[in-house]
Amino acid sequence: MATHTPHSTLDALINVAGDTTDASMKTAKMPIGIPGFTLHEEERTVPASEPPVWPINKDLSYVGKPQERWDGRAKATGRARYTADVQLPGMLYARFVNSTVPHARVLSIDTSAAESYPGVKSVHVIEKLLGGAVLRDPTLEQNRYPIVRYVGQPIAAVAATTPQAAEDAAAKIKVKYETLPFVVDMDQAREKDSPQVFPGAADQAGTAGGGGSSASGVPQTGNVHGPAVHKQGDVEQGFKDADVIVDAHYTTQVQTHSALETHGVVADWKPDLLTVYASTQGTASVREELAAYFQLPMSKVRVITEFMGGGFGAKFGAGNPGVVAATLSRKAGAPVRLMLDRQEEHLSVGNRPSSDQRLRIGAKKDGTITAIQLISFGTAGCGTGAGCAGPASNLYKWATLHVEENDVFINAGPAAAFRAPGHPQGAFALEQSIDELAASLNMDLLDLRDRIDENPVRRVQRQIIRESAIWKSRNPRANADVGPIKRGIGLSQSVWYRHLAMDSAAEVRVHKDGSVEVLSAVQDIGSGIKTVLAQILAEQFGVPPAQVEVKIGDTNYPVGPNSGGSVTTASLTPAVRDAAWQAAQKFLASVAPALGVKASDLTLTDGMVRSASGKFQPIAFRSAAARMDTNQVSAQSRRIPDYDPRKYDTYGGVDVAEVAVDTETGRIHVKHVLAVHDCGRPMNPVAVISQINGGVIQGISYTLFEHRLLDPNYGIMVNSNLDKYKIAGSYEVPKIEVQLTESYIGQSSTDASGIGEAAGIISAGAAIANAFYNATGVRIRQMPMTPAVVLAALNQPKPQMEAL
Amino acid sequence: MNSFSLADCTTVEAALSQLKNGAVVKAGGVDLLDRMKNGTDTPNRLVNIRNIRELRGIQSTPDGVTIGALTTLAEIADDPTIRAQYTILSDACGHAATPHIRNMATIGGNVLQELQCWYFRSAEFQCIRKGKEQCFAFSGLNQYHAIMDYGGCPSVAPSSSAVALLALNATIELTSAAKGKRKVAIQNFYVQPDANPHRFNVKADEELLTAIHIPKPAPGTRSAYQKYGEKESHDWAIADAGILLEMDGDICRRAVVTMGAASPVVRRSKEAEAVLTGKPITRDTARAAGKASMTGAMPLSMNGYKVQLFPIAIYRTILLAAGQMERDPSAAG
Repeated sequence: MATHTPHSTLDALINVAGDTTDASMKTAKMPIGIPGFTLHEEERTVPASEPPVWPINKDLSYVGKPQERWDGRAKATGRARYTADVQLPGMLYARFVNSTVPHARVLSIDTSAAESYPGVKSVHVIEKLLGGAVLRDPTLEQNRYPIVRYVGQPIAAVAATTPQAAEDAAAKIKVKYETLPFVVDMDQAREKDSPQVFPGAADQAGTAGGGGSSASGVPQTGNVHGPAVHKQGDVEQGFKDADVIVDAHYTTQVQTHSALETHGVVADWKPDLLTVYASTQGTASVREELAAYFQLPMSKVRVITEFMGGGFGAKFGAGNPGVVAATLSRKAGAPVRLMLDRQEEHLSVGNRPSSDQRLRIGAKKDGTITAIQLISFGTAGCGTGAGCAGPASNLYKWATLHVEENDVFINAGPAAAFRAPGHPQGAFALEQSIDELAASLNMDLLDLRDRIDENPVRRVQRQIIRESAIWKSRNPRANADVGPIKRGIGLSQSVWYRHLAMDSAAEVRVHKDGSVEVLSAVQDIGSGIKTVLAQILAEQFGVPPAQVEVKIGDTNYPVGPNSGGSVTTASLTPAVRDAAWQAAQKFLASVAPALGVKASDLTLTDGMVRSASGKFQPIAFRSAAARMDTNQVSAQSRRIPDYDPRKYDTYGGVDVAEVAVDTETGRIHVKHVLAVHDCGRPMNPVAVISQINGGVIQGISYTLFEHRLLDPNYGIMVNSNLDKYKIAGSYEVPKIEVQLTESYIGQSSTDASGIGEAAGIISAGAAIANAFYNATGVRIRQMPMTPAVVLAALNQPKPQMEAL
Repeated sequence: MNSFSLADCTTVEAALSQLKNGAVVKAGGVDLLDRMKNGTDTPNRLVNIRNIRELRGIQSTPDGVTIGALTTLAEIADDPTIRAQYTILSDACGHAATPHIRNMATIGGNVLQELQCWYFRSAEFQCIRKGKEQCFAFSGLNQYHAIMDYGGCPSVAPSSSAVALLALNATIELTSAAKGKRKVAIQNFYVQPDANPHRFNVKADEELLTAIHIPKPAPGTRSAYQKYGEKESHDWAIADAGILLEMDGDICRRAVVTMGAASPVVRRSKEAEAVLTGKPITRDTARAAGKASMTGAMPLSMNGYKVQLFPIAIYRTILLAAGQMERDPSAAG
């Protein structure tokens, strides 16, 4: 647990963090559980300076109520300024020169023609590359330039006065390669005589954003980095104790993040300050990396993200675009814009690793799981992070567990954290095998999960599913339809974890004119944190959210969380509420003299300043503000630990998919999805639903269409665009019904949690596969489920059918 | 993209006078600009014909219909005459690409668009269609490639509208400054890769595609086109079917079955047509025709599924044309 130092020294009033002596603590009764199902009160010991406990959403005014996006109008009208829209005086345009071969030693780089090209202001040759695994013993490779390990690896860059000049000049840089043997197929890379991506063992440090990296220091044999082994109990005994064993093999493909906005920055290097406008999920992470890379004080780096067009886990840190743009700017003495194009976006800045999983589950007749064994291989290109054992380890109760995760290096761009790293792959296997287990035990799918899943929220979610119209319409008999188009319904569960980013702080200001503002370096990656912050201030001061000023996405403000791993709302909102509460107390102290009372006589509720002693009739907040004895009061607060840190909570959801399988064309049409999810207190239900809609669509897209395709003979990605890299479009979006299970856990002053990861993408694959089974009586254990894959599965001689 | 000069023309004469020294015609720009951005095409001069008014519009004539080369796919798809009498063409134009592209893309550009093979579209691969020796698809990734008639290049015909125009016996009107107008039957318009791997069609560089004539269908004609992709929104065909049936009561007097995504050049399946001719259209005859369409299929390493898919596409589209089946949900896009 991180230590907590107050950021502000304004006065003792705001000194709430870290002080946990008994005198400073109080008890608070908090709502716990799910309204309509398990709601009750529990007592928590909390710092005395914490604001009063919020009731459940129905009793609040702004928080928990559907709220239009605070910046929706700016986005819809084009007024929102994204990174690529930033225009600075004298700004230059940069282009990378990228490798055209999958594996090579760069012998020489001739930049002379580019340097003298009209309009070119600076040229940079990369000698230190970011991303991917690095050799444990770096002396195994000695070369002036980084070894090329994939097509599209950045090698150099040019900044010029126009984009065209930059592109033309970049084309004039001559790179001389000594090509090396390469491998882009994972199965081939696992073979003994395969070309080696690294000449020795290599590891990749973990990145911000919640997972993505496998253990370092594990064995490495050829290209196989692993296994990272996790054992609990004697799994062989567990299988001996089992009455039934299901054993299956699953494969999933590499998916690229494909955010609409590509990676990019505008870097402005000035002697006294490096300012970087970045498309990032973490202004803090970009500043940290730039400061470290250039050995600058943190105070001399400023990162700004006003609006962001998607990241999904791939946009943490400055990365190669950030450091290269800053270098070019320093050399040229002018601001430099470097935005990747779509091909570069597919190749060099991350992807979701593939998986090849052998999963065995043993269970007693009553469903009790005696053993889970998962042996997985996956490729994160020339990086690591292909582990996918999260669901198998954490979704159900088991007696013994044996997990072996292996990364397989291939000559492809390194993976990055991608929305619930490892979990869509893991759940695809696990939740199909659990369905198979239920069938072989002759148990109902929900009854078995009730037996083996201890999570109280998912129990309620399954109850909601059980009573839903879609589930009731499900024919438990597989392959029941007679025509060529068969309907099927299936479900899958998901799990994610309560991660927190303790470096989450905010400042709230109240001005004498009654305006209020909140400031935090946090970036809104599209999930709507701006709106949520406005709602929190609205709740505190009684002004509509649209009238709250929200200033975020700038490291000049108090430090914000990096948005990955579903941490943003859970981490930041308590700090904002605490700051708002403290600012309100200071505001009351500031108006008390003019109102002729002591501050302790005053409260601010529902937008009215009230006197407990009845000295005066309630006064509207804005009128009272005019009587402040100063122009501005402010309070800053940062995240304090969860009230009961012993409670380690997971979130999840249960998703039901209805599909129509065209058994003649091999097309799967997802018709309807019911997504039942929890995220603690939903701060802005429409934004939560929007994230779940997005997760479901992204999950369908991953399951049915998306596939990075590398030519086996040349190592080149053949579909590095958004035309042949296929992403779900409007026809592919089903009816999506989202039901939120408002779930109180009593952990903070907002009691909010996150939704980004658990939202649909984890369970879509297995829910569709289980629906496919229900429709056809055939298991489909491979993604993406294209017509080629579906027809091949349907053409197989049918194994004995599962009963359910 | 390379630098280039642009001539903006508003008359056919002006455009024709510009078509020399490697100048390339730009109409809607949908396909050309993609190729220029990919670096596969690097013309030094573009002749913009998009604002030539006389080349835009649909005219009914006593013998059929004449479609100006600059008429957009959306205009053709929405035209009442085309929808009623040339349904196969409104189907093909109305389900190509996306609504946005259909609003920009012209019929001339659609007919002339170049191969969608991903090797052809990558500047990194210098293939047989770019004047080199090699094809990369045979030993590479070929899941979307041809299953018949491919010779040395198994790319597939990219134009949906051409699948319909072949069934309709359309004629392509080509105009040049030196020789004026000439007409080429659509079945002679495209060049088989083995006949000349470096040419896709018979249009000369100095010629402009100015119009497409379609003869009036015989009485009793019913037609339909369906495109099957891996998804409905913005996808290329993995199988498609153009069906034209001349009905005499319940009996099919004449049938035309055309396919695009099976071969490098749009083709008719005489085998499938023979199954239908002189017979009533039923599920059985439609299935048999679909099956017959795969005579001579030689799938590559990764596209065997297309041999299963095409007969279904043809079977269902025959029934759609005959009014015996709804449009397929798998071909909605």
